[in-house]
Amino acid sequence: MIDDPVILSRILTYATLGFHAIFATVGVGIPVYICLSEYIGIKRKDSHYILLAKRWARGYTILVAVGVVTGTIIAFQLSLLWPTFMENAGQLIALPLFMETFAFFFEAIFLGIYLYTWDRFKRPIYHWLLSLPIVLGSTASAFFITSVNGFMNTPRGFIYSEGAFTNIQPLVAMFNPAMPSKVSHVITTAYLTGAFILAAIAAFHILRGKTHVYYKKALHLTMIGCFIFSIATVVNGDISGKFLAAYQPEKLAAAEWHFETEDRATLLLGGILDPDEQEVKFGIRLPYALSILAFNRPTAEVIGLNEFPEEQWPPLFIHYFFNLMVVIGMYLAGVAFVYLVFYYFNRFNSLHPWLLRAIILGAPLAMLSIEAGWIMAEVGRQPWIMRGFLTVAEAATTSGHVLEMLILFSLLYIALGLLVPAILIRLFSKRNAETELEKQHVIL
Amino acid sequence: MIETIGITVLWIFLYGYLIVGSIDFGAGFYSFYAKITKKEHTIRKVIDRYLSPVWEVTNVFLIFFMVGLIGFFPATAYYYGTALLVPGSVALVLLAIRGSFYAFANYGARESNIYLFLYGITGLLIPASLTTVLTISEGGFIAEEGGTVRLLLGELFVNPYSWIVVLLAIVSVLFISASFLTYYAARADDHGAYSLMRNFSLIWSGPTILMSFLVFLTLSTHNPEHFQRMVEESWIFLLSLVTFLAAVWLIYIGKNLGLAFCLVALQYAFAFFGYGATHLPYILYPHITITANVTNAEMGITLIIAFIAGLLLLVPSLFLLMRLFIFNADYVRGSNQLS
Repeated sequence: MIDDPVILSRILTYATLGFHAIFATVGVGIPVYICLSEYIGIKRKDSHYILLAKRWARGYTILVAVGVVTGTIIAFQLSLLWPTFMENAGQLIALPLFMETFAFFFEAIFLGIYLYTWDRFKRPIYHWLLSLPIVLGSTASAFFITSVNGFMNTPRGFIYSEGAFTNIQPLVAMFNPAMPSKVSHVITTAYLTGAFILAAIAAFHILRGKTHVYYKKALHLTMIGCFIFSIATVVNGDISGKFLAAYQPEKLAAAEWHFETEDRATLLLGGILDPDEQEVKFGIRLPYALSILAFNRPTAEVIGLNEFPEEQWPPLFIHYFFNLMVVIGMYLAGVAFVYLVFYYFNRFNSLHPWLLRAIILGAPLAMLSIEAGWIMAEVGRQPWIMRGFLTVAEAATTSGHVLEMLILFSLLYIALGLLVPAILIRLFSKRNAETELEKQHVIL
Repeated sequence: MIETIGITVLWIFLYGYLIVGSIDFGAGFYSFYAKITKKEHTIRKVIDRYLSPVWEVTNVFLIFFMVGLIGFFPATAYYYGTALLVPGSVALVLLAIRGSFYAFANYGARESNIYLFLYGITGLLIPASLTTVLTISEGGFIAEEGGTVRLLLGELFVNPYSWIVVLLAIVSVLFISASFLTYYAARADDHGAYSLMRNFSLIWSGPTILMSFLVFLTLSTHNPEHFQRMVEESWIFLLSLVTFLAAVWLIYIGKNLGLAFCLVALQYAFAFFGYGATHLPYILYPHITITANVTNAEMGITLIIAFIAGLLLLVPSLFLLMRLFIFNADYVRGSNQLS
């Protein structure tokens, strides 16, 4: 293993993507709330929301800086570790890759302007307008890059014969069947995770005894985001299940340990698999639920893993990641729902310590769910890097130095992973919200 | 046709990276220099006011070039991707350190000497490591045997041409950056910073031209074919020399500094496009040419259309950025209110 460039390349790509996913998700999610908060602040002439947007933007900048860095790394590593894949991808799916750099460029320019022009416009709404390209640019980046990922799962837009690609249609490749469900899932979960992280920060301060209405406003704004996008996530998670059943049945079957093709299929949560007997011990079985997830009909037939040659099976452990993602998704939707019920019905206390704790727990869980989702999506694509055309083993570099690079980048990610939280904590504890609020009052 | 448009667009972006990146890299070095020689107040402020809003944009030029290169000439991913794993990764780690530590130092709570040191030193190491790709493109450093591609690192380390290119990259970064900061400091009416940066411009001007001559000299033995083509197009390199002399003269007498910086940019434009044009049709001697390895027509045309659409979006945005931060006299001088 230690000298197999294929396995090492996979581990290094996993390390980079796993690390990048954190910052990319936050990078797509948080601008939405910065933009919303500044708008509310301007419309209601409420300086609390303006300060909220300012403070979020400050933290966001640090996270984006690391996101830019890890994004640059993965952009290059795709070619450095998977040269044969990129040689093929260059011919077929270069369009969204190319457009992603434009979207990122656009975002970077306006982020630079936005951060340094808080007080430079006579009408504050002009400054708010600058936040729109940031939201658009970061979401468009997610759109384009996820479209490339969709292509890896369902390659379209070309004809392959005698070792060459012909009849290439870049737009068909970009709008491949996996694209709609994947893109919507990636974007809504990013908005959801961003909201939960910001809500958890507010909840943490309230739990620690901060009483300023500033925190309550922050919590409420972000919890509404949590609720909307957790519902959206449940809906397009369901759509993703139907997409898999139709286009990548082996991935769904592997995620569900569904071996025999059958109708009235049961959905399995947890459990321990005996791979030789294909039998599952323990675990929770929901009758008909897999058929409903796959085709919206309790009697529908779901294709089992045994229909595929065993060397094309994805690793079966993705079942746990799939479950983890689904369970956390339900938890997040539940917490957001309970908060809103408590908030709008005066009988309950929406700032109850246990509810606040549940919200705080939601932030790391949301991020864990993002990671689990990506592991399920990418490991579930194995052994293919371009499903049906090119395997991961054929695409990897032949270089003998991947191990050294794995060590090098791991050290970098560990260093950044330790420094970023330390710097964020120092940044915000040095200039806490209360002092900034007082300063604002002097001006107002 | 597609290959010509493609390589031209890519080369323009790489040139953009050369200029914007050099200003940024050099500024990092000067910033660190100012800190250790306690001349902070004279130039740090000037550098920060320019760098803070634009640093993120710099990286994008490089990513754009790389992604575009693979889009237009997919075979480059295979050759360069396989060969450059080690040097490419080192450059990436340096870029990562630089990008994140800039943000930590600038937006984080504490000014730290370590951050500034890393920021300054990577500013010189990154251009040094990135330019080795240009050296490799001249051929002789990549072996293809048994269906795999391998970089001959040993050859690269003992080759005089590769070291001269590294030196040229470093002095160019310092020269381009100094000439821009001279202009910026003059606009900011910051006399201390101005005289310091003017001195630096003059100090580094000589070495850049010396290194350029040495590059010519060593290339003549390393890649005689390319050298011959450069000699045939020598007019463009003479233009580069003329603009250089004019720029140094203006900086020396301390007048028209904006024009002086434009002349420096032109000096590098002539040299860079002269170098690039004579390098063609090869992207990598002797494995990849733009004619044999261009992508299919459908993808090529789609990329060009996407590029034009992208430019329509980016040019006004970049214009806004420059208007607000570089050509806005109030901002440069340190006043915040937009007039």
